[in-house]
Amino acid sequence: MAIFSVYVVNKAGGLIYQYDNYVPRAEVEKTFSFPLDLVLKIYDEKLVVSFGQRDGIRVGHAVLSINGVDVNGKYTAEGKDILEYLKDPANYPVSIKFGRPRLSSNEKLMLASMFHSLFAIGSQLSPEVGSSGIEMLETDVFKLHCFQTLTGIKFIVLADPRQSGIDALLRKIYEIYSDFALKNPFYSLEMPIRCELFDQNLKSALEIAEKAGTFGPGS
Amino acid sequence: PLKHNSELFTLTYGALVTQLCKDYENDEEVNKQLDKILLFRISLLFFHFSRGYNIGVRLIEDFLARSSVGRCHDFRETADVIAKVAFKMYLGITPSVTNWSPAGDEFSLILESNPLVDFVELPDNHSNLVYSSLLCGVLRGALEMVQMAVDVRFAQDTLRGDNVTEIRMKFIKRIEENLPVGDE
Repeated sequence: MAIFSVYVVNKAGGLIYQYDNYVPRAEVEKTFSFPLDLVLKIYDEKLVVSFGQRDGIRVGHAVLSINGVDVNGKYTAEGKDILEYLKDPANYPVSIKFGRPRLSSNEKLMLASMFHSLFAIGSQLSPEVGSSGIEMLETDVFKLHCFQTLTGIKFIVLADPRQSGIDALLRKIYEIYSDFALKNPFYSLEMPIRCELFDQNLKSALEIAEKAGTFGPGS
Repeated sequence: PLKHNSELFTLTYGALVTQLCKDYENDEEVNKQLDKILLFRISLLFFHFSRGYNIGVRLIEDFLARSSVGRCHDFRETADVIAKVAFKMYLGITPSVTNWSPAGDEFSLILESNPLVDFVELPDNHSNLVYSSLLCGVLRGALEMVQMAVDVRFAQDTLRGDNVTEIRMKFIKRIEENLPVGDE
């Protein structure tokens, strides 16, 4: 049972806070000798496997690190083009770590903004008047729970589908926001939340919710 | 109203939480104690934000996060929530709601005394007006965050020698920009 991540979206749809509590990572690191038997291609500024699935390395997985050093998109940490690097037999044997590409901050910003727009669809599609926006989005591996305050802020939690107590957790996060972000004199409304006390209290709240399975009355 | 002081904020709130964690074994107990210290939370706001409006826009979230009130559908509901829930919660008193205008867009909150006087020692006379206008700003800022533009003024004030304190609230309009989608 796990709570994967928390997003906080302001009234205009901007992401003001994001925290990854637990992100399951299927990462595989292997040593290869020349020539590389995987076909790599550039996709969305990342180097991904397009052919040659084997040993846990799957099509779509991105190159995450080379010889233990995290890469920077399609370049190594030192700025060398990875594809060029891998064409040179002198660079072998080489250890490459593959895994599901991590979402960049920009991607998270865009996804949050997209969700903000989609949220409205819930009430637009509604056959009845006065429907709320999207409160839950479910896939086979996670459930996204969304709570919008009367002031228009959205607190979003992504969790394991079997995790209970998320409603209470969302309200607890609202309390934590009102205490540790809003009462911090250096925090301006609608801006990214960079308050240590907020981070700390949020993390404890997530821990409690995960352990108890429920944070309080209601699920 | 005082100037911002980050060290003070960290010291006060951080120290309080640390001390409570030491005094109480589990987090649930700590939270209960923090809940009790409502006035402390509010005073933190008053400490750090000099304008009532700036306090109000933050206090509303404290209020909504901790009470279970839903959206008000008309100004009468709003008046009731302000008097019976908000004033009760933060100042321990329930003003009476009276003097409704015929159009239903204006009402008065009547209190025996100026509520802030009970909690604040006013050093000299002209500070009275500062605290009264502070409360007006708080109410105005708080309601703006739930999409209501209102005008708030003190029609009578015991601090100025009137028999009662009367806060007059007038509904101006609904704020349509950035309206949160969906009603509960």
